Amino acid sequence: MIFLKLIVTNLLRHRIRSLISIAGIAFSVAAMLTVVTILQGAIGMFSGILSSNSEIIVFERNVSDLFFSNVPTGALNEIAQWPMVDHADPVLFGIVSSADHPIITCFGVTAADARIRKANWITGERLTFAQHTDDVVLGERAAEYLSAKLGDQVPIGHGLFHVIGIIKTSNGFEDGGVFMPLSAAQSFFHKEGSSSVITIKLRNKDDASSFKSEVKTTFPNLIALEDSEFTRSYSQFKILKATAWAVGGCGLLLGGFGVANTMIMSVFTRIREIAILRVNGFSGLQIAAMIFGESAAVSLTGAVFGLLTGSCLLYALKLVPALHGYVDVTLQPVVMLIVILLALVTGIAGALYPAAYAMRIRAVEALRFE
Amino acid sequence: MNSLTTQTYTEPRIVLRAEGVWKCYDDGAISVLKGVAFEIVEGQTVALCGPSGCGKSTLLHLFGGLDFPERGRVSVNGVEVNRYRNLLRLLRHEVGFVFQLHNLIPDLTLEENCLIPTVAAGIDRSIARTRLYQMAERTGLTHRLGHRIQKLSGGERQRTALCRALMNRPKILLADEPTGSLDEQSSAAVFELLLEVVATEGVTLLMATHDRTLAARCDRLLEMHDGRIHEPVSA
Repeated sequence: MIFLKLIVTNLLRHRIRSLISIAGIAFSVAAMLTVVTILQGAIGMFSGILSSNSEIIVFERNVSDLFFSNVPTGALNEIAQWPMVDHADPVLFGIVSSADHPIITCFGVTAADARIRKANWITGERLTFAQHTDDVVLGERAAEYLSAKLGDQVPIGHGLFHVIGIIKTSNGFEDGGVFMPLSAAQSFFHKEGSSSVITIKLRNKDDASSFKSEVKTTFPNLIALEDSEFTRSYSQFKILKATAWAVGGCGLLLGGFGVANTMIMSVFTRIREIAILRVNGFSGLQIAAMIFGESAAVSLTGAVFGLLTGSCLLYALKLVPALHGYVDVTLQPVVMLIVILLALVTGIAGALYPAAYAMRIRAVEALRFE
Repeated sequence: MNSLTTQTYTEPRIVLRAEGVWKCYDDGAISVLKGVAFEIVEGQTVALCGPSGCGKSTLLHLFGGLDFPERGRVSVNGVEVNRYRNLLRLLRHEVGFVFQLHNLIPDLTLEENCLIPTVAAGIDRSIARTRLYQMAERTGLTHRLGHRIQKLSGGERQRTALCRALMNRPKILLADEPTGSLDEQSSAAVFELLLEVVATEGVTLLMATHDRTLAARCDRLLEMHDGRIHEPVSA
């Protein structure tokens, strides 16, 4: 109890200094949580596009980005005939720009695609999709920023398209995207006879392994991955995740420097007090434990405030109309736990030198210290 | 037939011993102790007198294991201090320190300050509390236990320091000018208490002091001069 009191007392003794350190950790944690959660959400949304009514995704082997993947229609037709396949949907991804929007994601899909079949159509009739090559269906947010309504002609990229429907989806990418008939997209993006991926729904999920082997044998240039495997192994996702953690980590590192500074000051300003504890039988390890206890208290308090701040920030971002559907604020317990642990580790790392210094304080010299 | 009377004679136990102790500073440029040698037996109260800078505090630090001699041996309870495998044991259980400045932690209460040595030694809380109440009663501080150090008078602070020094029942008390920062009246009162507590607890006292009146009330007086000990014929 007295040990804890020694820790708390010292933090309270220099309230402003402690608060600055706590704020440093809190902002770092909030930044990390926000960046990681937004990117995880984005990855989740992108995965959601691919896994819509499917379990397996087939794409070109060794491509760094799905936008560069080419799956021949011949492969699609053959795979669709395999007995284990319930249905195979080709999707062509493309990016175009319009006057005010540099990036618009286009999805070239067939009328049978679940994204069209199962979508919530705000306006328009789903049966009219893919009847003309210049027809497009807009996501609700795409319609909003293109100021388009049913029947309008909208300029997208170098073409002019006819809006035959507006759909609502919870997925930010789809909601801000443009759906074209596959053949129109192939022509528009000069990818005749191919799609970016094929999403596969199997009759029996247990056939996943044999399906993957079959693809490997029949189409050496293609690779089939289950959705979870894809999310784990897709290099773009890996880069995004690494970037998110790196950015967050840098923030936390700065917070750690703040803790280190606080702890160094904390030790330097009470050398005499540490000497008193030594004279009264405190071991070096007990002194170090006290210093680590202080930094852990700062880090954990900062982490708690950071989590609260980060959560509030994410909810605020979700409420921004322009970001509607793009920010997934589902806080993952694993992310929260990792963030707390990182904050704790950072705090403890920041206390290493101060603790080592405090352990080396010689009582006989420190007692002369005024 | 004469009856033979057997008289048992027990030699007093030496608890503090210095043998040819040298202590230098500034890479040997300044010699503070120059071959100091003396012994103190169990239960004695010994005053160490001498001018400022003659090495009184240094000697106390050596006995407390806070510093080490360049040459010679310093022993506590028969064990050489610089060979103490565990100097913590010496500080936690063998010796207690009282300094001129009380050296209490100002943000803690009197009670918390006194309990610090028991926390360091890992003594059971209930045992520590029992001891605390006993010592607080002996030093007349029971009513002040919950008070912060800033609220205490100089005399009370020094009594608290005494209380804290004896919490783990050490048998040796090293006091460095324990009344040096007090006015005459408080000084006399604290010293009186010090002698009383030391006697009650059966503690050996080695006290550095400038005050010859107080020193005269100890069992022995050791004069320190120019880094050497001179024991007057009678204290």
